[in-house]
Amino acid sequence: MENIHTHNRQTRNTLILTGIAAFAIFVPFLLIRANLINAYTAYVITLAGINAIMAISVNVVSGITGQLTLGQCAFEAVGAYMTMILAQDAGIPLPLAMIIAPLVAAFLGFLIGFPTLKLEGDYLAIVTLAFGEIIRVVLVNLKGITGGPNGKSFKFSFLRDSLDWGPSLSYLVIIGALVLIIVFLQNFLRSSYGRAIMAVREDEIAANSNGVSVFKYKMIGFIAGAFIGGIGGALYAPFIGLIKPELASFNNSINALIFVVLGGMGSITGSVIAAFVLTYMQEFLRFMQNYRLLLYPVILILVMLFRPQGLLGMKELSFIKCWDGIPGLIKKIKSKKLAKVESTKGGDK
Amino acid sequence: MSENRPILTASDISIVFGGLRAVSDLNMELTKGELVGLIGPNGAGKTTVFNMLSGVYTPTSGQITYTDKKNRIHIVNKMSPAQLNKIGIARTFQNIRLFGNLTVADNVRIAMHAQRKANPLHILFRTPKFRKDEEMMTNQVRSLLKLFGLSEKENELAKNLPYGEQRKLEICRALASQPQILLLDEPAAGMNPQETKELMELISFIRKEFHLTILLIEHDMKLVMGICERLYVLNYGRVLASGKPEEIQQNPEVIKAYLGAEAAGVK
Repeated sequence: MENIHTHNRQTRNTLILTGIAAFAIFVPFLLIRANLINAYTAYVITLAGINAIMAISVNVVSGITGQLTLGQCAFEAVGAYMTMILAQDAGIPLPLAMIIAPLVAAFLGFLIGFPTLKLEGDYLAIVTLAFGEIIRVVLVNLKGITGGPNGKSFKFSFLRDSLDWGPSLSYLVIIGALVLIIVFLQNFLRSSYGRAIMAVREDEIAANSNGVSVFKYKMIGFIAGAFIGGIGGALYAPFIGLIKPELASFNNSINALIFVVLGGMGSITGSVIAAFVLTYMQEFLRFMQNYRLLLYPVILILVMLFRPQGLLGMKELSFIKCWDGIPGLIKKIKSKKLAKVESTKGGDK
Repeated sequence: MSENRPILTASDISIVFGGLRAVSDLNMELTKGELVGLIGPNGAGKTTVFNMLSGVYTPTSGQITYTDKKNRIHIVNKMSPAQLNKIGIARTFQNIRLFGNLTVADNVRIAMHAQRKANPLHILFRTPKFRKDEEMMTNQVRSLLKLFGLSEKENELAKNLPYGEQRKLEICRALASQPQILLLDEPAAGMNPQETKELMELISFIRKEFHLTILLIEHDMKLVMGICERLYVLNYGRVLASGKPEEIQQNPEVIKAYLGAEAAGVK
């Protein structure tokens, strides 16, 4: 009896989540396609999607696994340049290149994680910082392959190919990838493996004594982060169509870290929301010219003062709870209206 | 099954930190199903011994052997705590180490990680195998929590539990990995006499229920003398005496070093 009940609930919850995901992907897609959302807004939303993927990438390493990373955008750059090299120079089909590139990023994550994560403490922060610089310098100097400091333009660009399909197509691909990443990541985190990784974050000694091999799960967390970062880059390349070594710069990585700090370390939904809000705000405040850069630190300071754990802390925004809350909310509004109507009626008498 | 089979043997283990010899030439033997106490003054090296037995420290010299459930003999000096946990040695900590930001149920579930049957692919796609795994864990966690009277706190964050319940949860978590040997580092520290009494009853109960061998560090003499079958007394990193509680109480050296004259009468 109870089994059937939980089973029904599972199906219901899956349906709700699928519905919300489909809504988030397809409704704006159709609106962009129908020109009801203009190309510029579509561009901003899609860019925010990439930023959200990068924020998730940082969050998996820093918020979930508990290791500070300061060079996560190096993986983005690797993903972007690898996609470009594979698709443009090696002639591999673009979709395949976009799958191989994140794997290369994950492999680099393995290479730098392997010696570093055996140590306790914040060594990863220093190593990733250096790794970001190394990648940037390599990209600047390998002029033949990467185009040097001015970057290189990518012949596949969703935006350049056709103005008609470009914006809606890039929205579809990038937000679709974002949703998939969130779904898989949530599945992973709410499993035995996810709990093991969080146990390492909470207390390494206790995790170790309870059968969780600390090094292994730190590696899993870090490589997953590098892989997601690589996906961010692989999506960035065909979206923007021009890639510069600055992608791997320290500033870029710190930007991604800011999304995570604002959204809440350890909260995937929190960092996605923060990425969207901050990216949109940057564009929205263009009229302030360079003064808008002042706003960033102000927001950061305010959040640190009044909500040091970030917007959502370690909690996740639960779509199912929101959905369950809707009937109650409607009832509340209705009863309020009724009360208002009655009170005005009473006034008439 | 022979009752006197040693399950964990430490022979001549020593550990040196810098110039300090924290534990020297310690010999210890636990037989299956025993409840053994480890006592001694502060700084005698009790927790260091625990850390060596549970893999946190590697002894500088000496050897520790362990016989697992299938009667295989392991030399465990250089094994990590995680590996030791998998072959059946679980422990708790003197200063409570829970996963504070995770729920009570998740704290226990983590210790059951080794019992998973689902691989990452099952997990990413939430296949029936994953669901079965989670159901198995949830059922087991519930029955364990019930045993410790923590059922109603299942979804609370571990850091929000009162102190006594945090201690209980730590033991509960250690049990979840289905150990053979349970090492308890001052399980009753900071508890009042009533709580201590309850805890002791609980410890004797789980020992029978789960067929455990227990080694515990404790300062509460009443409790130690009450439930332990055998005691090791440690002083300056050496075993000062070992034997039945009554013998220890009469041992003049132990009285001088640790118990004090008036404690000799405690029964």
